[in-house]
Amino acid sequence: MADKQNKDDARIPESSLSETRFSRLRKKKDMPGGLWLKCESCGSMIYRKELEEKGRVCPTCEFHFTLPGRERIAMTIDEGTWSERFSEITALDRLEFKDSSPYLDKVEKARVRTKQNEALICGTGRIEGREVVLAVLDFSFLCGSMGEVVGEKIALAAEIARKHALPLVIFTGSGGARMHEGVLSLMQMAKTCSALAELNDAGGFSICVMTHPTTGGVTASFASVCDITLAEPGALIGFAGPRVIATTLKQELPAGFQRAEFLLEKGQIDRIVKRAEMKQVLARLLDYAGGSKVAPREATKA
Amino acid sequence: MRRLAHHRQTQTMATTNKPNSRADAGGMAFERPIQELEAKLAELEALALRTRLDISSEIEALRKQHKVALEATYKDLSAWETVTVARHSDRPVALDYINMLDDFVELCGDKYFADDKAMVTGLATLAGRRFLLIAHRKGKTTKERLATNFGCAHPEGYRKALRKMLLAQKLRLPIVTLINTPGAYPGIGAEERGQAAAIAENILQMMSIRVPILSIVIGEGGSGGALGIGVADRVLMMEYAYYSVISPEGCAAILWKDGERTPDAAEALKLTSKDLLKLGVIDGVISEPLGGAHRAPQVAMEEVKRTILRELEGLEGLAPDELVRSRRKKFRTSGWIPGRFPTV
Ligand SMILES: [Zn+2]
Repeated sequence: MADKQNKDDARIPESSLSETRFSRLRKKKDMPGGLWLKCESCGSMIYRKELEEKGRVCPTCEFHFTLPGRERIAMTIDEGTWSERFSEITALDRLEFKDSSPYLDKVEKARVRTKQNEALICGTGRIEGREVVLAVLDFSFLCGSMGEVVGEKIALAAEIARKHALPLVIFTGSGGARMHEGVLSLMQMAKTCSALAELNDAGGFSICVMTHPTTGGVTASFASVCDITLAEPGALIGFAGPRVIATTLKQELPAGFQRAEFLLEKGQIDRIVKRAEMKQVLARLLDYAGGSKVAPREATKA
Repeated sequence: MRRLAHHRQTQTMATTNKPNSRADAGGMAFERPIQELEAKLAELEALALRTRLDISSEIEALRKQHKVALEATYKDLSAWETVTVARHSDRPVALDYINMLDDFVELCGDKYFADDKAMVTGLATLAGRRFLLIAHRKGKTTKERLATNFGCAHPEGYRKALRKMLLAQKLRLPIVTLINTPGAYPGIGAEERGQAAAIAENILQMMSIRVPILSIVIGEGGSGGALGIGVADRVLMMEYAYYSVISPEGCAAILWKDGERTPDAAEALKLTSKDLLKLGVIDGVISEPLGGAHRAPQVAMEEVKRTILRELEGLEGLAPDELVRSRRKKFRTSGWIPGRFPTV
């Protein structure tokens, strides 16, 4: 199963992080009647319903499990305010990539499983009354790998933010570039940064929340250059995946290497924010983009 | 030894480490018949010199045969063969191009952490033109290769490049970057110091640099490590260079867990200059001498020199606002199929 899962995922090595653990986890989640699953961090058995109720945070060790994109939006955006954009764009097999199964079959499987067309969901909505553009890179769709569609939608999200003078909030979970789109996927790193440069020139405000895991070309482009970088506790964040580094150097990696806490200590991110507090922290941060004078609460909400 | 960096990266991902006959046969198995002809030719020439025998007609015939073989082989190189040419140890590297300059004042360091030897930056003069040169540095000897991490830069390499780009902007000098890296270095220190953030910052900042930027992939265009100095007004590739999101070895290891299939991965990734031109992500290809730049480095370098001068002239006189606007648009629409995507 682990091997099969690997083949079904399109991504670059940076992503191979804890792939077997992820696929095992996904297998358990996908199993009908699989009432229990094991925490990938502390190993304790968790009742599935309880995990979902707690926003997929381990009740024992507070490990933040990967969250499907739709759940993230529901958790972040005020009920009834979400308006999705550009959901219709789908991937093309421009390279006619020669693999054991066609690239578009992998995409199709992911579409069926996630009921969405691509790894990136974007749109507008409100966070505690504050209108924002939200983009969520969903790890459950081909490991959140960035191909043309993901890159384009990040750029489009930045352009909506610019056009309507709205803050841009991005959540990332990604193994990096989507290998099956070759150099076109690499160019998304530049495409997204081009749109962010335009947004910056227009005085736009952007926040990126890196969630478990965020690696490769996503970390090395738009995710790292937003105005504020937040991370969920325990999230693995880096350029190269730990397995690649460990085998390159032929040595054990230090405990906690590339985890959010490590990045915070090394000065790479602004804050670690627990999932339960994320919405409220985002709302507070967004208020600071409203200028130095505190507006009456009603005015902000209007 | 030459390709140690690649081997190391391959092994990290390959589950099997069996010898890799298709992919590893000296890297240049397809050149063997040509090399044999070249050896024979050298032998005959030496013989002629030594004995003063008149064997000029034999030599001439062999030369013709050699040229025919070269043409036939290089007319249709496979993707994997192209990659091995791009990595050839006799191929001109940064230092060779620097030696071709009329003046070069190297400027080191990111002025924060260290001087990354895998990235060389400095003020350059070539045929009456001044510019900032930024290049991945790959060594030729084992010692040099180790010192330059086989062309794999650390975050300080990217930060050094950015610092010098800001200087060039201040001095109103154009920027030329020569790309030749298997990829950015994957290591503990590199991660601690923000490898991803350093590359991202360069990509973002290069979108706003107000002087002309020309990038040429002279050998390996390895993923984000290449793009970190590759956001330019004009992006060119040498004919047998490659530019890819992942190394063929890495791709084969992930897809098939089989190093034997590295050539298939190279093919699938569409990483040659011809492929990239067709996909619309580069602006042009610099022809190499028959049989590749490693066979006639001087000829290849002359062509690169002419190209740099011509391109810099073409970019001259463009208003900074216009440069920035069109560079951003170029990367915003890179590889686009017209009409495919909606607008805001
Ligand atoms: Zn736990």
